[in-house]
Order: sequence, then C-alpha cells, then structure tokens
Amino acid sequence: MNVAGNWRLQQQRYRLVGEECEKCGTLIFPPRDLCPECEAPAKMPYVFSGQGEVYSYSTIYSPPRGFEEFAPYTVALIRLKEGPMLTAQLTDVESDKVYIGMPVEMVTRKIQGGDEGNPIVYGYKFRPAHLG
Amino acid sequence: MLKPDRPVGIVGYGAYIPRYRLPATEVDRIWTNGQGGTPVREKAVAGPDEDVVTISIEAARNALARAGEVRPSLIRAVWVGSESHPYAVKPTSTIVAEAIGATPYTQAGDWEFACKAGTEAFQAALGFVGSGMARYALVVGADTAQARPGDDLEYTAGAGGAAYLLGPAEESLAVVEGSCSYVTDTPDFWRRAYQRYPSHGGRFTGQPAYFKHIVAAAQGLMAALDRQPSDYTYVVFHQPNVKFPQTVGKQLGFTSQQLAPGMLCNEIGNTYAGSSLLGLTAVLDVAAPGERVLLVSYGSGAGSDAISLLITGAITERQGRAPRTRDYIARRVEIDYATYVRYAGKLIM
Repeated sequence: MNVAGNWRLQQQRYRLVGEECEKCGTLIFPPRDLCPECEAPAKMPYVFSGQGEVYSYSTIYSPPRGFEEFAPYTVALIRLKEGPMLTAQLTDVESDKVYIGMPVEMVTRKIQGGDEGNPIVYGYKFRPAHLG
Repeated sequence: MLKPDRPVGIVGYGAYIPRYRLPATEVDRIWTNGQGGTPVREKAVAGPDEDVVTISIEAARNALARAGEVRPSLIRAVWVGSESHPYAVKPTSTIVAEAIGATPYTQAGDWEFACKAGTEAFQAALGFVGSGMARYALVVGADTAQARPGDDLEYTAGAGGAAYLLGPAEESLAVVEGSCSYVTDTPDFWRRAYQRYPSHGGRFTGQPAYFKHIVAAAQGLMAALDRQPSDYTYVVFHQPNVKFPQTVGKQLGFTSQQLAPGMLCNEIGNTYAGSSLLGLTAVLDVAAPGERVLLVSYGSGAGSDAISLLITGAITERQGRAPRTRDYIARRVEIDYATYVRYAGKLIM
C-alpha cells in the first residue's frame, strides 16, 4: 500500500479533476501537465462532468491482489462525454447487463478497503446513467 | 428554543440510498425458521464498495446540485453525523469535503450521537450560519447500520444518508423557524469501543427512551413557536420500525396523512443517523411553497432534536435538479441472506 502515491492521485480519483490545454483547448485525463495534442504545457485544472459511455468491457473473476473483495466485477474503457478515455470499474450493475455504448455516470466508491491495517482507497467508478 | 439572529434555511438537500434490499423474511427464515414477525418489509444494504463516506459524497453532491450556483469553496463546514464512520481515527468529513471540492479552508468534523448525530450537526450548522461566521455549511446524517446477526435489530438496520446545505434564508427552499432539543442520560442502546455490534435494552428502548424524548422535544418546540400539530402539512420522526413513528405521531396529535410522505422505514429500514433526515428529503421532494414540516429525530443515549421548517417558493424549481428519494427507493435489487452477509462484512475471512 503506497499511502503517498494514492494521496497524490486524490483529486483525479475523487472527482475527475483533469487538465485543459490553454494553447489548443484539448481536455486531458488523467492529468499529465503536457498536452498530448500540441505538446504545450497544460496545468489548468478541469473538472470532468462524469458522464460517458462504455467503449469496451471485461468481467474479472480472478482479481489481482487487493481487489478480491469486489470480485467478480466488470472493468470498462469509458469514453467521457468531453472526449478522453479512461479505465474504471463498473458498479451497481450485473455483468450481463453491460453493453458497448451503455451510458454511464461517475460515482465515488471504495477502490480498495479490505485490509484493516491500511487506509481505505476511494476513487471513481461508473454506474448506469440516471441510476440505471 | 434555538433560533439564530440571522434567518437560516436549507439551500440544497440530497438523498442517497444503496440499491440492494434484504427482505425481512430472509432474516426470519435464517433465525426463526420463518416463525417470527417482521417489523419492516425490507431494508437497504450497502454494496461491497460503499460505506458512510461514499453514501455521504453522493448525498452531498445531490444537495449541491439542488443548491445551484453555490461554489463549494464557500462552504465553511462539512460535518458528517454517523455511528458507522469507516475509521475509528481519521475523519469521514475530510474525505467528503475533498470529494465535493470544499477543501482546504473549511471546518470538517465527524459527529456522534447514535441516530441523531445528523440533526445535531444540523443544529450546529444553524448556529454557524446564523452567527454570520459561515455563509454555507454542509451537514450529513448517514449510516451503514450495524446489527448483531439474529438480533431484533437485524431486520431493520439499513444503509443510507441525507445531506443538507444550510445558508441564508433568502436563498433557501425551506426556512428554519426554530429548533429544540431534549436530552437525558438514558442507556437504551450502546456500543462499547472495539465492539462490532451494538447492544440494547429491549423494551426499555420504547417508553422511557424513544417516546419520552420525541414527545418532549416536539411539544417543547411547538409550545415555543405557538403551533399546533394541525399547523403542519408534514411530520417526520426517527424511524426504527414502522410502529414507533405511527404511535408517537398519534400521541402528539398528528394524522397518518401528515406522517405518510416521510415514512420510508418499511422500504429501506432504519438508516440510523440517516433515518429522519432521509424522511425529510422525501418530504421536501413533494412539498409545496407555504407548507410547514416538523422533523423530530431520536438518538439513543438519549435525546431528540425537533426542527420546524417553512417551505419557500424556491423549492419547486430545485426538486428536480437531483434524483429524488423515491428514485433511489425504486432502484431496487433484492438479495438473499448469504449475499447480505458478504456485503455487510459479517463474513470474517
């Protein structure tokens, strides 16, 4: 458990804070301080709406260590409404109900929390839009 | 009576209820071979990735959505009342404040008073905003309620929460007319340190506890405001089961019509610190300008907070800005006792 590493990512994980390129207007997630389109420095924070759709998905039955408590769970590539693509767990949905193009919305949930000796990690997951 | 010099009201409110439901017949099936009674139809259960932090965050986001143009950086307090804070040491409130963008120049703190921790925070926010020290303060009452397997409480101990953004009356959808608390040392329900589940005094939780404190707080506030039960369109009580709020309502002179819109216990169980505050979100979802609401919480240990509200013209347009309480109740996935045991963390590996 990397306490400082998780802490550094809080802003993007809790509320989808990315960046906006001041030169060409590209919206960036995750934040990387450099515009992937025009290579200009990009440090202006931009809060994404959390609306998006499923681009592709896979259901995990053999989770990596630290995620056993949620298995089986579905991970998805999510295309945000504003453009960027990210990977996230889906929640509040049965895996056989997920489809490509499904509208989803961001919620803040426990990402890791099972080990009682460590801090709980909170972050974004996505659920069917409008409460499903 | 608590009444601030500067008028204060609710600028935004928000509910959150998890999607999973455990029918009370499932508890009955496991522990009494289906021979016992059931105090509610079913209760809401948090999913494996939910806790009081995540419940509070979604309720708070809904409250901010209803408040509209309020910048989170203007919120001077984020106070979360619960008896299931995920950490023994480490505030829930700082995580919630960070997630809604209210950090870093804000008060943050966790409140405890059994099932009235949320209304206690509400009253503190009333003073904080009413004194002029804060323009806005956010309060949450939320729980993932604990109950010992097989105990009477297991039928009802539910999960959910509600958030309220308090601010100046002129921006409010409901103005706080006054508040009154009634508190005594009454050990009807408790949980000692390091204990997983609470203990309770059985029948002692009724007359000397729930009924005495709610009646005294409600009558104290109505007397101070010179009000009768008939002055209120709605009344909301703490809801440990279906019977108690119905009985105390009758004792005080309220009708079942005044009680019904805020009665959620049969569908989501007792959400402890979320219970009466979620009843209030359900009422605000349907309330109209000019109507009055009386809210009376109850927290074991013991005490009641009564709050009188007058709905303003701002409510109509804000009701639809976030999911309504009934939208969350309608989002329902039934689970069996085994799944509940896993989700509620009762399975120790």
